[in-house]
Amino acid sequence: MNPPPFSPTPLVRRKLRQERLAQAVLAGMVLAMVLPLVALITYLVVQGAPLLSWSFLTTNPTHGMREGGIWPALLGTIYLVVIALLVAAPVGVLCAIYLNEYAGDNWLTRLIHLAVVNLAGVPSIVHALFGLGAFVLFAGLGRSILAASLTLAIMTLPVIIASTREALAAVPQAFREACWNLGASRWQTIRHVVLPNAISGILTGVILQVSRTAGETAPIMFTGAVFYKKIAAGDPFAYALNDQCMALSMHLYTVTTQVTNAPAALPYAIAVVLLGAVLAVNATAILLRTRLRARQKW
Amino acid sequence: MVSPPPKIAVENLRVSYGRREVLHGLSLTVAAHEILGIIGPAQSGKTTLLRCLNRTLEFIPHAAWSGTVRVDGEDVARVRDVHALRRKVGMVAPLPVGLPLTIYDNVAFAPRCAGVRDRAELDARVERCLRQAALWDEVKDRLHTLGTRLSGGQQQRLTIARALSHDPEILCLDEFSIAIDPVTTMRIEEVLQGLRSRLTIVLVTNLVQQARRLADRTLFLWNGEIVELDRTEVIFGENPRDRRTYEYTRGFFG
Repeated sequence: MNPPPFSPTPLVRRKLRQERLAQAVLAGMVLAMVLPLVALITYLVVQGAPLLSWSFLTTNPTHGMREGGIWPALLGTIYLVVIALLVAAPVGVLCAIYLNEYAGDNWLTRLIHLAVVNLAGVPSIVHALFGLGAFVLFAGLGRSILAASLTLAIMTLPVIIASTREALAAVPQAFREACWNLGASRWQTIRHVVLPNAISGILTGVILQVSRTAGETAPIMFTGAVFYKKIAAGDPFAYALNDQCMALSMHLYTVTTQVTNAPAALPYAIAVVLLGAVLAVNATAILLRTRLRARQKW
Repeated sequence: MVSPPPKIAVENLRVSYGRREVLHGLSLTVAAHEILGIIGPAQSGKTTLLRCLNRTLEFIPHAAWSGTVRVDGEDVARVRDVHALRRKVGMVAPLPVGLPLTIYDNVAFAPRCAGVRDRAELDARVERCLRQAALWDEVKDRLHTLGTRLSGGQQQRLTIARALSHDPEILCLDEFSIAIDPVTTMRIEEVLQGLRSRLTIVLVTNLVQQARRLADRTLFLWNGEIVELDRTEVIFGENPRDRRTYEYTRGFFG
């Protein structure tokens, strides 16, 4: 009697076993990545919950930072990140456009590319020292929001350049060639065809990279962030550019290591706010990307 | 009688990519209002030759060339306004590339780049070019939908309309039919027949019969050298000068 059709041979059975194994291992790895993240966030929220409230966000710290809110640190972080974004985004994006669309492939551009890649690997404490030397001392900005933001901007430039180049490279070369054949200049090609199709990738890349700087402590510690500064509570324009400021990351470090008898929930609450701010920015980026992608045209 | 000056004159053109030379000293002329067919197997340098005519060879890294290419008597290497040169020499690529713009904007792109802003003139030009490319009737009701949504054959006619939109005097077509069906191919061939009174056409093709149908003269290019350039009847006749031409056009090698 013939075996039924499609009955598996031993070879096929082995293949199926391999398939199941591969799927189990790969899914296990995803779980191994997701579980700690969920655990971390849950732990932070549970621990910090007693302190989290609207007034926690909008009032000054009191009693040697043991009570009250975190307003100056929250506002300081927003200032630092926004100014760093305003400086780094145009410079980085324009750099990347030049490198990707104009520069030829020669030893100089390869050297620049190598420099950019290496700059991305420089530890943040080194950037901090550079910022201290270049902006605080040499440029005479003093320890200030401006000096700290510029340091953050320098630190994010290489990653912004890298992500922007990636977004530009994703636009098919055939589009550029079609434009050149029509007598369009490089700039006309970039302006009308390359940029409209790369903009979603560029914007999200920039926003994601900049949001990471919100958590940086080292670069701002030397260049403009302070342990404590009292400002007008709830006033979004309470800082001037040449002021020093508090920052969430720095504040977290301070209350865990320098302040004795701080309530146990305080560092967790600060961490939740910092995390929430970063997640909010990232969510904006993702939302923006889906909106712009929907308009993508090929 | 003085013969009119050639529209295109190529003299001893050599092109190399890095160390590899791909065109080994070509010389040829194309008369005004002529259709020149260029046939030859892959890698024989057909596309490279076209790229020299409108200087898009410059965009290929490590490409170098020597010799002269003259369009209307002017050495293209010395042309100051290369964009004007590219408008004079229209180019249709092998695979249709609809720019990610609307049908209207696809065709209006080149005139706009050249500085045409007047709405009425743009409208007229878009209609004329789409009609010339035998696409107008199919798209006239949806000019503001994306060009990339059209079918392959429609997109290829769109690229032809686009190549006509900057009023070229020379139209280069690089294997325009490899991505489209025979019916559309025949329609485009009819279009080209209609354009020959106004344009000089350089037609690179893999289909030797296409060259036979359309070309006044045919050039057989092989490994970067001209094997033979003669009137199409001679190339496809029983006695071309070179035996390889006979074998290639009969499909014995390639």
